[in-house]
Amino acid sequence: MPSVKIPKKSTFTDMTPFVDVSFLILTFFIMATKFKPQEPVEITTPGSVLSQKLPENNAVLISIDSTDRVYFTILSEKDKSKFDVIIAGINSSQNLGLSPSEMANFKKTFAVGVPFAGLKQLLATDAKDQPKLKVPGIPVLDTLNNQLFWWIREAKSAFRGEKLNYLIKGDGASKYPTFEAVISALKKNEEFKYNLVTALDEIPAGTELYRREAAGEKDLKK
Amino acid sequence: MASIEEGGDGGHKKGPGVKKAKKLSTRVDMTPLVDLGFLLITFFVFTATMSTPTTLDLNMPKDVKDVKEQTEVKESSVLSIMLGKNNVIYYYEGKLKEDGSNFKTATYTSIRDIIVNKKKEVISRYVTDPACEAKAKAEGKPVSNCADKDFVVIIKPSPEATYKNTVDMLDEMTINQVRTYAMVKIFDQEFELIKVTEGAAPATAPAK
Repeated sequence: MPSVKIPKKSTFTDMTPFVDVSFLILTFFIMATKFKPQEPVEITTPGSVLSQKLPENNAVLISIDSTDRVYFTILSEKDKSKFDVIIAGINSSQNLGLSPSEMANFKKTFAVGVPFAGLKQLLATDAKDQPKLKVPGIPVLDTLNNQLFWWIREAKSAFRGEKLNYLIKGDGASKYPTFEAVISALKKNEEFKYNLVTALDEIPAGTELYRREAAGEKDLKK
Repeated sequence: MASIEEGGDGGHKKGPGVKKAKKLSTRVDMTPLVDLGFLLITFFVFTATMSTPTTLDLNMPKDVKDVKEQTEVKESSVLSIMLGKNNVIYYYEGKLKEDGSNFKTATYTSIRDIIVNKKKEVISRYVTDPACEAKAKAEGKPVSNCADKDFVVIIKPSPEATYKNTVDMLDEMTINQVRTYAMVKIFDQEFELIKVTEGAAPATAPAK
């Protein structure tokens, strides 16, 4: 009886297109990835419908975590000398008696979340070990001792003549009085324009903003 | 799998003594390459920060001590919104009545309709203002902007409101295109009223 012979096919598939595609995706992700910057604390920002981009240079970032602790960060990638000016200003105005090496460490310090009294200890700690320190946050709620005011004042004078953005990044669960105290510290420095850091939310359908966006209007704020 | 296929059987013999170089297949096993590629893709997918943060502009007015310099608003077109604890909103239109009868409660989902309705009401009461319309035309803005120029929302977060409540409310202003709004410190009287209302029936509402 003649048996039906099943032809043996090679299992060797041509993987070239597969490789092409996979490397294309890989390239995309490498290009699109921006590593998360180190954060002093985990902050979950509330959402907003505005899709404005966040300025990342020449900015002061004021973070409020979920337990109402306030942190202060300078964002100045291009000009590192600003850090020296600010810490020197704080040192002299508050009589902290920081050593030059401690002041140099300020550049590597990602966020200041201590009162002036604890600043020496924070700066004496190596930048890598700083996240392990327990910090109480910058005192702001006491209107007579709103220390954030001094930080903003120094930052403002260091960035004189340049545009300085004020970013406020608050955790959704933080209480309003802390936010108000941060605003009042900025107001005392004659600064009235701030950027609140938010996550992007979808524009709810059927609202006026939704209709305007659908109509292709660009400037949705107006 | 991982092998370079030996191509053919060395070709045909041309004759004795004629040695021909072995023809090697150009097919390379790409499996390890693909493995590595996908490993890297997985890594980058996980580390990629997809949600880029955005910003919400907030402009605060300068503190004005002098009463004369303070901005006056039409009482009938004002909506005061107070943010209480547990995501509850309290609001009143115009001026707060002595007996607190126009002091009402809302949630973050129902407040949108209240704002929209109030805005419609203000627009319906609009009497053509030629000066404003001429100005709008000169600046290239739509004339319809004049209709709701009187509409003002005053946001008063209580000390018990969260930051998320505040941002949600500011966002609501953008969503409903409220052109004039202000964030003001809550009055003691209003905070008392919130306390009283909360005492009567402790309300809670889910966050937006």
